[in-house]
Amino acid sequence: MHELKFDQDLCLRCGTQACLTKCQYIEFDGETAKKEILKIATGRDSFVLHKCVTCYACEEYCPFGNHPFYLIAERQEALGISPVPRPLVQRAVNLGIPFRGEPDIKEINGPVLNMGAFSDHMHLIQGKLFEGLPVISTDERKMFHYFCQLMYLHYGKDSVIKKRLPGIIETIAKHKPTEVICFHDECYGAYTSYCDAYGIEVPFKPIHFFEYLYNRLIELKNMIQPVKLKVAYQRPCSSRLSPDKHLFVGRIFNLIGAENVKREFVDENALCCAGAIQGQRQEGSRKRAVIQQQRNVEDMKKAGAQVCVFNCPACLQTIGDLVARNGIKPIHMTDLCRLAIGEIPAGWR
Amino acid sequence: MDSIYKSLTAIVGDGHVSNRPEELYIYSFDLGTAEPHRPDYIVSPETTEQVQEIVRLANRENIPIVPLGGGLSLAGLAVPLKGGILLDLKRMDQIIEVNEKARYAVIECGVSQGQLTSYLERHHPHLTHSEPGAPPAATIAGNVMIHGQGDLAQPYGFTSDMILGLEVILPAGELLHLGSCAVGTGWFTLHPLPDVGIFLGWYGTTGIITKLSIKLFPAKKIRGVGTFVVEDENLIPEIIFKITHTQMAEDIIAFSSAIPPFTRELHHINVNIAADSEKELEFREEIIWDDTLGEYIRSGDGGYLGFVRGLQRPQISKTSDYKKGGGFEYVGGIMPVETYPQCYREGRDISERHSIPYTVTGRVIGAAHSMMFAWTYAFNRADPETIRQAREALHETDDLVMKLGGVIWKPGTYGQKLVLERLEPDTRELMKKIKALIDPNGIMNPGNWEIP
Repeated sequence: MHELKFDQDLCLRCGTQACLTKCQYIEFDGETAKKEILKIATGRDSFVLHKCVTCYACEEYCPFGNHPFYLIAERQEALGISPVPRPLVQRAVNLGIPFRGEPDIKEINGPVLNMGAFSDHMHLIQGKLFEGLPVISTDERKMFHYFCQLMYLHYGKDSVIKKRLPGIIETIAKHKPTEVICFHDECYGAYTSYCDAYGIEVPFKPIHFFEYLYNRLIELKNMIQPVKLKVAYQRPCSSRLSPDKHLFVGRIFNLIGAENVKREFVDENALCCAGAIQGQRQEGSRKRAVIQQQRNVEDMKKAGAQVCVFNCPACLQTIGDLVARNGIKPIHMTDLCRLAIGEIPAGWR
Repeated sequence: MDSIYKSLTAIVGDGHVSNRPEELYIYSFDLGTAEPHRPDYIVSPETTEQVQEIVRLANRENIPIVPLGGGLSLAGLAVPLKGGILLDLKRMDQIIEVNEKARYAVIECGVSQGQLTSYLERHHPHLTHSEPGAPPAATIAGNVMIHGQGDLAQPYGFTSDMILGLEVILPAGELLHLGSCAVGTGWFTLHPLPDVGIFLGWYGTTGIITKLSIKLFPAKKIRGVGTFVVEDENLIPEIIFKITHTQMAEDIIAFSSAIPPFTRELHHINVNIAADSEKELEFREEIIWDDTLGEYIRSGDGGYLGFVRGLQRPQISKTSDYKKGGGFEYVGGIMPVETYPQCYREGRDISERHSIPYTVTGRVIGAAHSMMFAWTYAFNRADPETIRQAREALHETDDLVMKLGGVIWKPGTYGQKLVLERLEPDTRELMKKIKALIDPNGIMNPGNWEIP
């Protein structure tokens, strides 16, 4: 079985304990943080394992790339500390089981866009941005053959990822892609950060979706008309696994003339959509999620955002309605980019 | 041209009577596993007077007559078991009155669920009705004829409990009114006159409902569905008891099914919540999920999956996709809520014995007074073997309902036999006398609720 590359000595030498002291959900002083991370590293129980909201952010905060969040998820499972109730864990584990036949394998021998478990979002893949780009996992009946599995980090079920992910990679590899553009950055995080942390081989080059969009917009630069919109970006938990690609958000906004409004909850300090929080076992989780969502959207309003730009379809599903009820238009990044090249997404007014 | 055909044409006009084989074939079966039986005539009246004349003709000529609404019962209840006239009532589709202040609608018998829903949404957006999970083409009169239930069954009961007045044509052609409409006032109450309610649940064997008044209810501005999930089926009765105690919910449905995998061996409880403001919604959610079910969440036994705005009506017809050929039928059972664990376990066993992916669904009726269960079985319409398997599973499930102390809901002929065998003799005798008194020639939907 694949072992996590985690170096306890790096934590001992760390002067910041940023993984925990920067946590937006649990208060720590430096001393407590060091004590607790070492407890976790040595396999002992820690209150962190019980209170973690699984926002992934500590993966970004760690200055050494030492994978504190993967460690937390592993320890939660090892010690039987499930962040969510058992039925939700079982439901989630069942969710990823393909049940409608085998995938249709076609050899691509070139770059390909992988929709992962978001085949039902094919409506976002249209127009000049995607012209000539082959797409895999377009059939929602079979999309779980392409499901990167990283969602189980929210459920303290790391073992499911390790068991299933190599098979998913094998399925994608059968298409013989050279580069795999990942529609969802959780997939990108899986094939880069997670696979690297666990020594899982990936026989293709993963490309971040926003990097693809940016490069494609550069190719279509002559068509771009500034969108002149004040935008707020809803950063998903999964992007914490690829913080080096977060800069493409700003680059895309600059390129298409979108004003990224000044917010409190932005970049490293972003609040997650709270979709993973609402169902947790901790007392008051649902209410905590509601309050966090309200704070998040209030922050967007206060900053004068006209539009909230989403990366993750699950975030859009979780708070898109709340955003809209507050007078801010929810939109996926692809649709914003399409607007910039003169294409009008369905429903845009 | 035969004389009956001629007479029917004289009543409803050309184009609304048929005895053409291809049309008789279409009307010979429903979507379930019941054996087909062809009618001799199909007639589609437009008015109460025409229905009266048709019934008089049938009675005079001693021809069976079977009323048909949407034809979606699945249990073969409008299949003409003994031939005769099939009375397709869909043309009688007028919404006669909506009384806003007294919250009721007077409608003709062919008005469909979807028709009333869209009419209310357009003209009376603050009123709604209890809409079942059947396709929108199902008629309201058909639903009350079988004691159906809709998405307001939890707070307000069976749809037939929402009747405020009836117009019925008896087998000899008499026109009868029940409720306040019988004394010439509005259609606002079924009570307090002496009770002669012998038409609901009889499948048209005592009379044909041509008009009815049905209760409407406040339509809140926000309606949505929250979901709670448990692994242990034994927890369902107490959880339902606790949720119904809050009186904060509309529809409550518990279900488990083999497909898709995420519902397998888990029990989802969908709770409809309605509110007029965000403040009210959050108050209701807090009471249900945090205060009432919080103990299950903290212990890890139950999980809150989230709240989705917009109504998602149960679509058990989706189970027809489980096998090629797109067929499905279910047994309905009105059960004590406490039997949920056995209903689930034994229903699942029946499905597995017949190689059919299991689906067990239970809708709460009243404040947990009972639950309407549906055990659904998919089959391939083109494969007689799978139809046979489904039919066997359905019969075993009918037996299960009675064994567990429930009552089969909208039973087909097999289930009716089981119910009548259990019926205590004096009650059975009274039903027999009523039927003989009202329909001495036995022309009304014969083959159903027949007591030897």
